[in-house]
Amino acid sequence: MSSPIGNLRLKTWVVTAIVVLANLAGNSCLSWGLKQRGRALGGAPLEYVAAVFTPWVALGIALLILWLLARMTLLSWADLSFVVPVTAVGYALAAVAGRFLLGEQVSPQRWAGVLLIAAGTALVGTTAIRTTAGGRP
Amino acid sequence: MKWLFVAVIIAATTGSDTLLTQRMKLHGEIRDFRAGALGRALGAVTRTWQVGVAILLLAVSFFAFMALLSIADMSFAVPATAATLVVETLVARLVLGERISARRWLGTALVTCGVALIAL
Repeated sequence: MSSPIGNLRLKTWVVTAIVVLANLAGNSCLSWGLKQRGRALGGAPLEYVAAVFTPWVALGIALLILWLLARMTLLSWADLSFVVPVTAVGYALAAVAGRFLLGEQVSPQRWAGVLLIAAGTALVGTTAIRTTAGGRP
Repeated sequence: MKWLFVAVIIAATTGSDTLLTQRMKLHGEIRDFRAGALGRALGAVTRTWQVGVAILLLAVSFFAFMALLSIADMSFAVPATAATLVVETLVARLVLGERISARRWLGTALVTCGVALIAL
């Protein structure tokens, strides 16, 4: 399905959601998978190679590749100065997910951080998605 | 040593994103989201040197972050590297020629403070 120019804001939000969720899920899988190994990674390169072939780590890497490709797609039309603060909403979502999915304690200070990020993301989200001239027509 | 890693992370992330943004803007807005067309577009652009170097710098940033976490707490690493948000916004203006409105600066500052608060 090709997207007409009028849908710029819609496709920006859809791809932004993919970027944020793929990063969050990818990092969670990596972290979970590395902890499952039971011991820290040492300096030997082979240990890293072996770690890649465990299911959670492999899934985490696949999700981070999706994150990179979705982010490249987004940057094909959106400003970097738009993408960076808006996708930082992932930090806030990670804290919220930690509270409601893992039952972690979230201090009032961290809730204040979540609110600031949400407000900042919303504010940047209302600015122009692109402020530079088009590349190839 | 901690601050050296922070500097490497900020520089590598900013360099990576600047190259990615430049190359993707050169490619132009992706409008065709059918799997084949999207795959061809991203496949072609991934083989350019800019994206190659960008991925290399991303890996440098990732391993530098891991190294930082091995000598410092998350509560130092995350807020210190949150400065990347401000550095990238400056570089977007100075190198990429993006126009940063007052509202975008304010939003970016709020996000940066929020990230610092979450981790501290």
